[in-house]
Amino acid sequence: MSRTVLETRDLTMRFGGLVAVDRVSLQVEARQVHAIIGPNGAGKSTMINLLTGALRPTAGQILFYGRDITGMSPNRISHLGMGRSFQRTNVFPSFTCLENCRLASQSRLKNSFRFFRPAESYRQVTERAERALELCGLSHRRHTPAAAMSHGEQRQLEIGMVLATDPRFLVLDEPMAGMGQRESETLLELLRELNREYALILVEHDMDAVFSIADVLTVMVNGAVIASGPLDAVRNSEAVQHAYLGEADAVEEA
Amino acid sequence: MLDIPKSIRILLLLLTVLLACYPLWGEFFFGDRYEYYLQKLTFMMLLAILALSLDWLVGITGMVSIAQAAFFGVAGYTLVMLTPEFAAANVWVVLPAALVMAALAALVIGLLVIRTHGIFFIMATIAFSQMLYYLFHDAPFFGGSDGIYMFFRPEVSIGGVQLLNLEDRQTRFFIALVSLVAIYLLLRVMLRAPFGRVLRGIKENETRMRALGYNPLFYKLAAFVIAGTIAGYAGFLYTVQDAFVDPSAVSWTLSAHALVMVILGGLGTLFGPVLGAFAFEWLHYGFSNVTRHWELPLGIVVILMVLLLPRGIAGLLLDLSNRIPERKPDPAPAQGKGAAEAKPPIRETTKEARP
Repeated sequence: MSRTVLETRDLTMRFGGLVAVDRVSLQVEARQVHAIIGPNGAGKSTMINLLTGALRPTAGQILFYGRDITGMSPNRISHLGMGRSFQRTNVFPSFTCLENCRLASQSRLKNSFRFFRPAESYRQVTERAERALELCGLSHRRHTPAAAMSHGEQRQLEIGMVLATDPRFLVLDEPMAGMGQRESETLLELLRELNREYALILVEHDMDAVFSIADVLTVMVNGAVIASGPLDAVRNSEAVQHAYLGEADAVEEA
Repeated sequence: MLDIPKSIRILLLLLTVLLACYPLWGEFFFGDRYEYYLQKLTFMMLLAILALSLDWLVGITGMVSIAQAAFFGVAGYTLVMLTPEFAAANVWVVLPAALVMAALAALVIGLLVIRTHGIFFIMATIAFSQMLYYLFHDAPFFGGSDGIYMFFRPEVSIGGVQLLNLEDRQTRFFIALVSLVAIYLLLRVMLRAPFGRVLRGIKENETRMRALGYNPLFYKLAAFVIAGTIAGYAGFLYTVQDAFVDPSAVSWTLSAHALVMVILGGLGTLFGPVLGAFAFEWLHYGFSNVTRHWELPLGIVVILMVLLLPRGIAGLLLDLSNRIPERKPDPAPAQGKGAAEAKPPIRETTKEARP
């Protein structure tokens, strides 16, 4: 049952003379963890911005569940079921955990032009938010404002908010960024859990994490894909060893 | 910010009661000047409504608009223009008309400015409010810079039975008071509702809102029109009170005053800007008794207050109320927000006490 969830065809993004993403063609199948790695400036984040609609590609096509979503706005893409987490923590600091997730969950109402009933009284919205909190392991922090939580917890919340939008597919931009060892492990556990249900694209610098969870690995350098395929094959390929893993600094960063 | 601490609620309630009872105690304290202050207070309450509407944009949604007076003035002009020269207008016609005109102006200007951010948004709102200002200022039809008088205040009656006499000062005072309280409560309710949450989310992080599936433009436009309509309502009552309108009602100076009221009172707290409006007008009145250049000393006071109370009057009150231990076994939490709050689940009231 390998249904293609996401496919890009010759996806290209130019910023003036710079080709940030160069004719990238990828496929993500159902329940796959597709990791994208590469040194800084390889175009990973641009790739994510293209997939989620934050940027409009210069050329190429993006298909999501067979539907052409090239050039759609981020909010429409979100409603098609693509959930995106951000590299830099992007929670609402003055909201509590639950409010953060509730606002995310509320986006699944037809619209939020609801002026009078208190937001808490929308049962489905709150239930979905609670479920997301539980999944990301923050139920006990329900009433803590996001600003008062540790960086690692905020990263968890970041993912909880994505889950609260009831996605079909997750695009996670460096979920482990800036996390300590133990926090990373907790998050990795969560990702494994999520992978039972969702396919996901994971951009990550933490190689141990990538190797332990990815099914498919794509390596980007200077905007282009230099290798893509099953984890082991790519990990051992010479081009990758040379271009990426061979560079001590690049690995060090993780 | 959704729940304001109980102590502040009690304070607000007391102030409201005190204000409502002014007709009882005012004469005793002020003697001859009772009537004068009655009118002054009425004006203050109407400006407080204007400040509230601006806080909805600036403090809640994060849109710093300098066009709020435009909608205030448009409603005022609509009222005066629709009032016959030698008869009273029907309030059931002129009030909706004034509100619709203010809302329309907000819709049109909103559509044009809503895509801009930051300083560009500020400039765009100034530009449009200036356009309106010169429209009213230069067109003889609108009375030019002299403005226009309204000789009869609108009639409030149903089936020939008069409900309210707007010529009566005390009636106008109570209308302003009831309106202020009602609009304040309405905004509080909306803030708790899904709509208000979305606006707060937009203020904190618009990109994230998009990624979550919201289109911020619709919500910002709606917020802009709602705020514009409320400003229009304030402008309508203000013009009823004044029986006169001139271009200063549309001026960007008034918009800027409203912004100072909001900042002085405390951004995004709703009750703060109301207090800010009273404080501002009180200082205005005090200084203008001393000098014609009242804006100079007022400016100095405002600068000092912003330096000393960066979160405004509301911020001060919230800090004070945090020191009052609520009836719980544990004492009030430490002021430093990060460190001490790590362990126990924090109560709604205390942690919300930050604008």
